[in-house]
Amino acid sequence: MRKSFKLQDLDCANCAAKMENAINEIEGVNSASISFMTSKLVLDANDDQFEQIIGKAQSLISKIEPDCTIVR
Amino acid sequence: MNKKQIHMRNRILIALLCFAFAFVISEFMPLEAWLGSKSAALWVEFALFLIPYLIGGYDVVLKAIKNIGHGQLFDENFLMTVATVGAFALVLFPDSDPHMAEGAAVMLFYQVGELFQSYAVGKSRKSIAEMMDIAPDYANVERDGKLIQVDPYEIAVGDNIVIKAGERVPLDGIVVSGTSELDTKALTGESVPRSIAPGQDIISGCVNLSGKLVVQVTKPFGESTVSRILELVENAADKKAKTENFITRFAKYYTPIVVGIAVLLAILPPLLFGLSWSEWIQRGLVFLVVSCPCALVISVPLSFFGGIGGASRDGILIKGSNYLEVLANTQAVAFDKTGTLTDGSFEVVAVHAQDGYNADELLELAAHAESFSDHPIALSIKRAYSGELDPKRILDPQELSGRGVKATLDSNVVLVGNDKLMNECSIDYMSCELAGTILHVSYNNEYLGHIVIADVIKPIAPVAIAELHEMGIHNTVMLTGDREDVAKAVATEVGVDDYKAQLLPQDKVACVEQLLTQTSEHTHGKGKLAFVGDGINDAPVLARSDIGIAMGAMGSDAAIEAADVVLMDDDPTGVARAIRIARKTMRIVWQNIVFALGVKFAVLILAALGIANMWLAVFADVGVAILAILNAMRAMKVPARDQVSAADVEE
Repeated sequence: MRKSFKLQDLDCANCAAKMENAINEIEGVNSASISFMTSKLVLDANDDQFEQIIGKAQSLISKIEPDCTIVR
Repeated sequence: MNKKQIHMRNRILIALLCFAFAFVISEFMPLEAWLGSKSAALWVEFALFLIPYLIGGYDVVLKAIKNIGHGQLFDENFLMTVATVGAFALVLFPDSDPHMAEGAAVMLFYQVGELFQSYAVGKSRKSIAEMMDIAPDYANVERDGKLIQVDPYEIAVGDNIVIKAGERVPLDGIVVSGTSELDTKALTGESVPRSIAPGQDIISGCVNLSGKLVVQVTKPFGESTVSRILELVENAADKKAKTENFITRFAKYYTPIVVGIAVLLAILPPLLFGLSWSEWIQRGLVFLVVSCPCALVISVPLSFFGGIGGASRDGILIKGSNYLEVLANTQAVAFDKTGTLTDGSFEVVAVHAQDGYNADELLELAAHAESFSDHPIALSIKRAYSGELDPKRILDPQELSGRGVKATLDSNVVLVGNDKLMNECSIDYMSCELAGTILHVSYNNEYLGHIVIADVIKPIAPVAIAELHEMGIHNTVMLTGDREDVAKAVATEVGVDDYKAQLLPQDKVACVEQLLTQTSEHTHGKGKLAFVGDGINDAPVLARSDIGIAMGAMGSDAAIEAADVVLMDDDPTGVARAIRIARKTMRIVWQNIVFALGVKFAVLILAALGIANMWLAVFADVGVAILAILNAMRAMKVPARDQVSAADVEE
């Protein structure tokens, strides 16, 4: 499944790149892309783990930029 | 500025005032004399500079502490905190001058830079959102004799909607009643309004300028032009350019390496050679300040985003920054003739009557003979005939496949057709020197003359090719299914460098593949081939070329789907404009990369040699970021369109 999410309070371009790398490392993620300019995360991941993966992605994002949240 | 930014700005201003106060006291007041001892004076200075430091940067320090907990060692907050705390801590080394002012200044300038970045990014996000503010909020529907406003999502295909003057067209449809002028600027960049009348297609996103229109909806909102465009532009950011990915990867290694060198620089020389600790720690701190790759990481996507945004304001939709990169390297352009260089509609271009007859008589006969037919050629003759058609004059019309038509008009036989038809009926005919489809007309077995029909070249087409030539793209090729002589005539008039005639649809792919190899060979793999089509029937070719450009795509789903770049209007000069925007964007991207890296490396070298101090490092970090962002924002500015409109060329 491929879905795009808005990221709230994404303020740092370098962080966006780090988040993208980190989310791509999560098991079950086929590809993840974060656009700093549009504050969007496009996530392509296995259907059965999708919810779980979003959760993991959120916790990774919080580690890098504490204010930033995935708008579901 | 939003609330958060205003709060930040005020904090920075207060901190700067405190900093100025502390600076004046420590530099110009005889603190030592007042307090009696040197160390007491130092401690007062320390406290004075700590105030602006904390006001300006407490959140950075807090974030840094939090992030260490998360294992984010190369986080910019952490690096800034270490660098500034380090500067303050130098006071502990008796052999060193105090560096508290620098510590506080680095933090303050860092915050100024951050604020500026957030402001600039917010501004360009907003201006692009405004540019794309073509989504309609409501549609007017008549219910029980009253007009009510309804969410466009709720309108079904076949419903009638009312669009008042000044409103945005919410859904695609056909005009049922009313005439008006449409402003298509948001979609095509074209500023001349377009007139619209009943029976014509109307496209969502345009603005109705004058009259009231009733429109029958032909597509649900989700499939309407406006939704598709918004979706396309929103998703453009997913496809990142190689340069963008390179910078992200570069940043991943740059920071750890610079931090590593900073640590070595601070520790090794004093340990191994017994050099001054404070001196070398200071050099290491300078490294830390420069270790943040922010300027690059932010300015590169900002430039691409600006380029895509600026292009869309000009009616050019680019589906990703990777395509901007390819577009900038375009060295060859192949045009599909019909619909790009020509209108794609047949027109009577000449009527050659034999002596004793005139052109109107010829057209009258031909139009009547063809009156029953809907063939494009028949339609063009009917359009060219200015009089009234009287169907009662026609008897027994027959279509003779591949030859023409035969009918009885006013009890005499009229023949309208090609050379073959004339030969079959043994009528002597004159051949014509003009290229195009030749229709001979005979009446009662007498040859009257011929009508020349051709696909009309867009008046702006030669300008489009000339613009490409001017930009150094000398490999323009026209592909067409037309006969050799027709193709040659069009090619000469338009000014393309080469043409390929008599191509069947499947031949076009092969032809483009051949051009791809040629282009790549001639330019050592660097040059790219763009294919320009009207999006009808050429999806495979659009997909096969390095970059597929679809033209006149307003309303054509297939074209928007298949192409990488979509020109919303019919103007072929859009190709040159798109390439120009792409080149400008890439120039800005590379300027930023070279400038930012150049300054950073220079400061790193100077710092290692002990020449650069923290002030210079702050400039290398914040100053470069600000300059790079300002430069990146230029990409958004697309020059006003050349005033050479189609109308001017006709004159």
